[in-house]
Amino acid sequence: MTTLTDPPKESFRLGMLIYDSRYRSITIQVAALIAFLIGMGWIVSNTMNNLASLGKEIDFGFLKEPASYDINQRLIEYTSRDTHARAAFIGLLNTLLVAVLGCVLATIIGVFVGVLRLSKNWLVGRVMTVYVEALRNVPTLLWIVFLMAIITETLPAPRDFKSGEAEMLLGGTVAVTNRGTYIPEPVFSYSLGNIKLLEGFYNNSFRFEVSLDLIVILCVLIGGILISGLIKRRADRVQAATGDRPKTWHLRLAVVVLPTVFVLWLLGLFFVVPEIKGFNFRDGIHLRASFLALWLALSFYTAAFIAEIVRAGIMAISKGQSEAAAALGLRSGRIMSLVILPQALRVIIPPLISQYLNLTKNSSLAIAVGYMDITGTLGGITLNQTGRELECLLLLMLIYLTISLLISSVMNWYNERVKLTER
Amino acid sequence: MKKTVFFGALAVAGVAAGAVAAGTLDDVKARGKLNCGVSTGLVGFAAPDANGNWDGFDVGVCRAVAAAVLGDPTAVEFVPTTGKTRFTALASGEVDMLARNTTWTFSRDVDLKFEFVGINYYDGQGFMVPKSLGVTSAKDLDGATICIQTGTTTELNLADFFRANNMSYEPVPIETNAEGQQQYLAGACDAYTTDASGLAATRASFENPKDHIILPEIISKEPLGPLVRHGDQQWGDIVRWTLNALISAEELGITSANIDELAKGTQNPEINRILGTEGDLGAMFGLDKQWAYRAIKAGGNYGELFEKNIGENTPIGLARGLNAQWKDGGLVYSPPFR
Repeated sequence: MTTLTDPPKESFRLGMLIYDSRYRSITIQVAALIAFLIGMGWIVSNTMNNLASLGKEIDFGFLKEPASYDINQRLIEYTSRDTHARAAFIGLLNTLLVAVLGCVLATIIGVFVGVLRLSKNWLVGRVMTVYVEALRNVPTLLWIVFLMAIITETLPAPRDFKSGEAEMLLGGTVAVTNRGTYIPEPVFSYSLGNIKLLEGFYNNSFRFEVSLDLIVILCVLIGGILISGLIKRRADRVQAATGDRPKTWHLRLAVVVLPTVFVLWLLGLFFVVPEIKGFNFRDGIHLRASFLALWLALSFYTAAFIAEIVRAGIMAISKGQSEAAAALGLRSGRIMSLVILPQALRVIIPPLISQYLNLTKNSSLAIAVGYMDITGTLGGITLNQTGRELECLLLLMLIYLTISLLISSVMNWYNERVKLTER
Repeated sequence: MKKTVFFGALAVAGVAAGAVAAGTLDDVKARGKLNCGVSTGLVGFAAPDANGNWDGFDVGVCRAVAAAVLGDPTAVEFVPTTGKTRFTALASGEVDMLARNTTWTFSRDVDLKFEFVGINYYDGQGFMVPKSLGVTSAKDLDGATICIQTGTTTELNLADFFRANNMSYEPVPIETNAEGQQQYLAGACDAYTTDASGLAATRASFENPKDHIILPEIISKEPLGPLVRHGDQQWGDIVRWTLNALISAEELGITSANIDELAKGTQNPEINRILGTEGDLGAMFGLDKQWAYRAIKAGGNYGELFEKNIGENTPIGLARGLNAQWKDGGLVYSPPFR
C-alpha cells in the first residue's frame, strides 16, 4: 500500500478551476451559492423597499395590542381584552390539542386496521382494505367538511332536548348535539388551587395556571408505575434464579390504582353533569362540533396511512422469524409481541414520523369548520384585523416549523432507542 | 429549510408589492377591464344571477366606474372576495377597487393604507333569530351560540356588545355568508349576526323568510363604501366622484330614462357640468367630458340602483331610512360639482 509515489506537484493555474475535476465541483458549488445569495438578497431588499414605499414596515408591535375578538374554545383563560399574542397562544394550544389527540387516535386506529388487514378472515381483510382505500384517496379537507356537515345536519339541536325530542345518553350524563358533545366534568371539592405562571410577562400574554390537583395526581400515578416496575424487576430476578415466575399482576395493578383512587377520594372528586339552561347546555365539558369534526377526520384519514405503514412493517419481517419462534414453542400472541413487533417497529417508525407531521400540518385546515387553531387566530382574525400579513405569516411558519421539528426530534429519539443495536 | 420557507414568503410578498406601483387608471385602460372586488354572493348587493351575470347594489358601483373609465359597463371582471381575502386582494393589486359591504374604520383607512372614497350604504349590525326561539331583544341573547363572519368588524362589535352588557356567548366563526346561512338554518347557532342589510338579504333567500325575525337592536355604526389603495390620488378621485355623480344625479333628478334628454343641455348649470355639456370636469382627472353621463346611464342614479336591487319592492325590502337623500331626511349627500 505504501509503494505509490506522490503525483508530481503541479503549480495551480486559474483554468484548473474549470478543467480540473478535482476543483470543478467546488467551483460550481461556490458559483451556485453566490447566485443563490444574490437572488435571495434581491428578493429581500425588493420586499423591504416595496413595503416601505407602501408605508408598511415590518413591525411586531401589534402583538401587544388588545385582540378585541372572542375565541370559543379556550383551554386557558382569555377575554377579548387580552393581547393578539395571547390570542395566538390560545390558538397554538388548540392546534397542539388537536394534533396530540389526533396522533394518538390515528395510531390506535391505524395499528388496529393495519393488523386486521393482514387477517386470514377474508371479510375482515376486505373491509379494512375498503377503509384504507376510501379514506386515503379522498382529500382531508373533504372529510373534515363532510363530518362537520353530518354533525350539524343530522344531530339534534340543544333546543330539541328542552322539548323532549332528543334525550341525553348514558343515564342522562352525555348530550350529543349538533353544536358538539357535552360530557361530565371532573371537579374536586377540596381543590388545592392553581399555580400562576408567567404573569406580567409581555403584557400578560402567556400567563397560565397549573392545577396543583393534577400535579399531585400525576406524581402519585408516576410513583405507582415506578414501584410497579420494581416489582416486575424483582419477579424477573426470581425467575432468573429459580425458573418460576411469581404471580405479580394483581400487586402491580394495586400499587398503581389504589393510591390514585385514594388521592382522588381525598380531593373529593365528583362529576358535574351537563344541564340544559337557556340556549345551550351549561357545565360539563363541551367538545365542540368543529373540534370533533377536525379531530375525527384527521385521525381517520391519517390512520389509513398508518395502517399501510404498520402492514408494511409486519410484512417486512421474514416468515422464518415467526416459524422459528413457533418452533421454540411460543404462542401466537407472544410471537407478535416478542418477535415480530420489536423488529417491525424499526421499519414502522421513520414513516410514522412523517405521518405525525402531516397530521399536525393538516390541522391548519381547521378554519374550514371554524375551529380556532393558530391559523384561525394569528393567521386569520389577527391578520385580518391588523392587516399585518407578512408578520403574521412569518410567525405562523416559524411556529409550525418549531412544532414539526419538536415532533421529529422526539420521534427520532424514540427511533434511536428501538432500532437494531448492532454488535 | 427554515430559510427557504422564509424567503419564499418574502418572494411572494415582493412580487405582490411590485405590482402596485403604476398608475391604476393607465393599468385599467391598458387592460380594457376593471377588476372589481365584490362579496362571494350576497343577494341584492353582489350576486351572480342564473346566467352568471353579476348584479346588485355594489355591482352597480363597479359598473358605473367601468362605464366612466372604459365606456362599457360590462367591462368588469368581478373578483369574489371573502371577509378575509378582500384587503389582501386590494393591497396586492389583484383588484382595482373594492365594492364589498366594507365598513369604513380608522384603522382600515389609516393603518391598512386604503382610501374609502365615500359611503354608499349606511348600515348597522343586527341579529337574526328564528321566531320559534321567542327572543325579542338582543339583550335576551345571554348564553346564545352566535354565527359570525370571521375577519369583519361585526366580530369586534359583537365582542364589545356582549362585554358591555356583561353577557356571555359562544361565537361560531364562519368564512362566507352561505356557510353562515347553512349553520344557522341547521340550528348549529341560535342567532346570526352581520350588517342589518346583509341579514335582510340573507333572510330573503330563505325558504320561509317569515319564520325569522331581525331583532330591533342595532349595535354599531357600519358605514359601507367602496375603497381603493392609498397613494393613487387620481384613481381615488375617479371612484369617489363616480359615486358622487350617482348621488348628485338622484338629487338633481337625472335618471336613466331622462338622461339623454338632459344631456342635450338644460337650464341647470350643475346638471350641465355633470353631463359634460358645460366645462370639462373629466379632463381634470384624465377622463373625457362624458364620463358621468356614461356612469349614470349604466345602471341609473343612486336611487334607481337602490330601488332596483335592495329597495322596498324587492325581496330584500330595505327602506331608504338613513340612505335617503339629505333633502328627504337621510344622510346621503354629495359635494357639489363645480
